[in-house]
Amino acid sequence: MQIIQPHYHAIARTAQDYERMAMSGVVAVAEPAFWAGFDRKYPETFIDYFRQISEFEPTRAAQYGIRHFSWVAVNPKEAENPVLTREVLKTFPEFFAKPTVLGVGETGLHKSTPNECAALEAHVDIAMKHGQLVLIHTPHLADKAHGTKRVLEVLAGMNVDRERIWIDHVEEHTIRPCLDAGYWVGFTLYPITKCSPKRAVDMLEKYGTERILVNSSADWGPSDPFTLQECILEYRRRGHSLQDAIEVFHNNPCRFLGQNPKFDIQPIRVEPAGEPALAG
Amino acid sequence: MLTSRQTVEAYFLEARHMLLEVAALLDRHAAAVAREGGATDGSSGGSADKLAVLREALAVLAADRCAGERTVKLLELFARV
Repeated sequence: MQIIQPHYHAIARTAQDYERMAMSGVVAVAEPAFWAGFDRKYPETFIDYFRQISEFEPTRAAQYGIRHFSWVAVNPKEAENPVLTREVLKTFPEFFAKPTVLGVGETGLHKSTPNECAALEAHVDIAMKHGQLVLIHTPHLADKAHGTKRVLEVLAGMNVDRERIWIDHVEEHTIRPCLDAGYWVGFTLYPITKCSPKRAVDMLEKYGTERILVNSSADWGPSDPFTLQECILEYRRRGHSLQDAIEVFHNNPCRFLGQNPKFDIQPIRVEPAGEPALAG
Repeated sequence: MLTSRQTVEAYFLEARHMLLEVAALLDRHAAAVAREGGATDGSSGGSADKLAVLREALAVLAADRCAGERTVKLLELFARV
């Protein structure tokens, strides 16, 4: 099984995770910029963080044979500082030029405040102007439904290429409007606070596999990168073939992320049509 | 030991997660029934009995009061299948 982990905060994880991911078939990860657990104060803090994930992390991943890509953004929580946000946004074109940076992410909403919405719009705008991909974080728990609705409203007011926008962390109550609007969506698998592997497979079976990415995010909080592999096992256990699994867990990331030519991993086919599924 | 308030605050998210898993199971079953044209398993000890026990268990959990421990009641219920 060959797997791409399309949303993974490597900076918050040890090398042992890379080692175990490599052993389980992960060939690439993509690391969005996220909240560090505290609100950064200076543009330079962001710049050094972007440098770490775009310059250093690829070397750490490479020791385990894993390709590493990254994104840049000001996290929604930090978007409450619009002066800082504007200063950081000015640095984005420098990072868009780096060989493994794929676009703007994860931007998005937390509490859907006016500052957050303005920052989201500014992030999407700069991404579209520079031909970059966009990864959007939707809020957690009780804020998710309203925040997702606001994300869709902000995007609907802009001139965007919907195929190049990924709305992440969708759940059963938010997936349909995002898919119906033509965006890519992501399921993020967390032990407790987001979607679970079983529920992710339920949604794959209900909505099909087009424009769907699955990830386990994995950050400094309670999270487990191997919920992605757990999901793959659940998917196969329900009778889906190896090729079906590769379509979701390898080829879909190739299709979305490959819209940026820097992501040059191609979809693969491992079995001809008609191969038997794993026994359930 | 935890206070009553601390107990709820400490374990709410975990319980939320587990209940969502149960909800997903029931949705998954309903979708499968729909695919099968509404047929249900009527065999003794079979899936219909298991579902019935799950529903009884949920009723035990939802009740405001419970004589005895809920975990004991559920284990006794589950022993039937």
